[in-house]
Amino acid sequence: MESAILRSVNYNAYFGDNHVCKDVNISIPKNEVVAVMGPSGCGKTTFLRGINRMHELIPNATAKGQIFLNDEDVMEMHPIFVRLKIGMVFQRPNPFPNLSIYDNVIAGYKLNGIKLPKAERDRIVEHSLTRVALWKEVKDSLNKKGSFLSGGQQQRLCIARAVAMEPEVLLFDEPTSALDPISTSTVEELFHELKKNYTLIIVTHNMQQAARVSDRTAFFYMGELVEFDDTKQMFTNPRDVRTQNYITGRFS
Amino acid sequence: METPSGNKGNRLKRSQRHIKFESFFRRLLSVVGLSMIVLVIGIMITLVVQSIPSLKASGAGYLWGKTWDPVADVYGAYPFLLGTLLTSFLALLISIPFSFGVAVVLGEYYPKGWLPDLLKNTVELIAAVPSVIYGFWGLAVLVPMVRTIEVKLGYEPIGMGIFSSSLILAVMVIPYAATLGRSLIQMVPSMLKEAAYSLGATRWEVVKSVIFPYTRSGLFAGVLLSLGRALGETMAVTMVIGNTSLIPKNIFSPGNTMASVIANEFTEADHPVYLSALIELGLVLFLVTVVINMAGKKLISGFTNE
Repeated sequence: MESAILRSVNYNAYFGDNHVCKDVNISIPKNEVVAVMGPSGCGKTTFLRGINRMHELIPNATAKGQIFLNDEDVMEMHPIFVRLKIGMVFQRPNPFPNLSIYDNVIAGYKLNGIKLPKAERDRIVEHSLTRVALWKEVKDSLNKKGSFLSGGQQQRLCIARAVAMEPEVLLFDEPTSALDPISTSTVEELFHELKKNYTLIIVTHNMQQAARVSDRTAFFYMGELVEFDDTKQMFTNPRDVRTQNYITGRFS
Repeated sequence: METPSGNKGNRLKRSQRHIKFESFFRRLLSVVGLSMIVLVIGIMITLVVQSIPSLKASGAGYLWGKTWDPVADVYGAYPFLLGTLLTSFLALLISIPFSFGVAVVLGEYYPKGWLPDLLKNTVELIAAVPSVIYGFWGLAVLVPMVRTIEVKLGYEPIGMGIFSSSLILAVMVIPYAATLGRSLIQMVPSMLKEAAYSLGATRWEVVKSVIFPYTRSGLFAGVLLSLGRALGETMAVTMVIGNTSLIPKNIFSPGNTMASVIANEFTEADHPVYLSALIELGLVLFLVTVVINMAGKKLISGFTNE
């Protein structure tokens, strides 16, 4: 895989003495959707949060190894710059409750103290909301608080907020687990659009979702990356017996 | 084994007793609650009634009168009103950076560990120290320090005065805003903070753009608590303010607050109008705190509705 945008080399993560990610080696190609699945506590979310250095925000959490974004090791970069290049969307929609829809979209610029001319801000807001298919729904209420939107709309607003920073990679931590089925399918449809411009890594505990939305799937078990392959290949003909057991529902 | 019917009868008796107790308990709670209202109204009435001789003697001029001269039976509360507001707001101004600083350090930066625990307990202890002790400390340490500052700045080196009182009040009120602020900052949902971090925000940017807006009304309520404490504090202020009835010329001038005048002169009040004038001072202090509290509540609800 020469076109890998993100590559981890012997990545290890810990909570205190608890070894959560064990020697994870993975190469993620550009402009693909990668699903990361596995049973609870397998280290999938920790790995995801390791990619943009969010893992270390938790007291006692440490990490070792390398993660290359293009050829730069994010473990050596300042976390702030890492997070500007790698956006994140969380399990529950978390728009800033005190900000309007408009301000939520450009919150990243505001937080970082980047001053933009009004026209440029308007462009970013419209562009980002269009990307997440929210523009038509909210263009007349941009000054309303983001918290007035429905759960699914809030989650798309949060994706727009991440997209507005023009990152290279977007991380999703179980992005639809707090959403109803209709909102879930809207968000899932977005992934196909978003991968044209970004590389998407989606943690999910929902196997059907992994099968539906991803080009490749990674299966984590007890802190190890057991298998990483073409999604179709993995769901029809898994190489590892643990993957097979998981997919066939022997454990979850 | 008991018969089902006997069992049922027992249960019925028991629950009837509970129902009776329930209504008794409800009445008891109502009485306790109402007694608070009665108490405050009672204090209010006492103050008003006892102030009547002074109200008759000085009228509305009492509030704006610039002279307080018990020997000549002239009572004007303006110097003390000014003294109270000046010391309290100056104290607030000095204390806010410290109380917010402590709140942010303990609430966000270092919520756990022995040093933060020590800091937390120490700050809480500040509120528990009797105010006479602050008065002593003020006389022994603060007043000489302020005197040195006054010499450097070219003011009369008195030491005791508005500024010394404000300093001591500032120390005394820090815990109120700090403790409330800390617990509120800890309650900010971590998913909001993470949202900001994931967008590349620094710790300070998270504090400024997520934590402060989210806790704004609560932080303000803490400041209001501090102010209430500062307005009414008596002993420590009486000891370091210099006790003069003149209008303070600047923040280093000696003066008096409403509370300190009452504490100082109550035992000397040898005729009815003098005594009544002091009680009216208490009434004014009471009203000032009520007005400031109500205005503050109005502001807080304004924040929350936004």
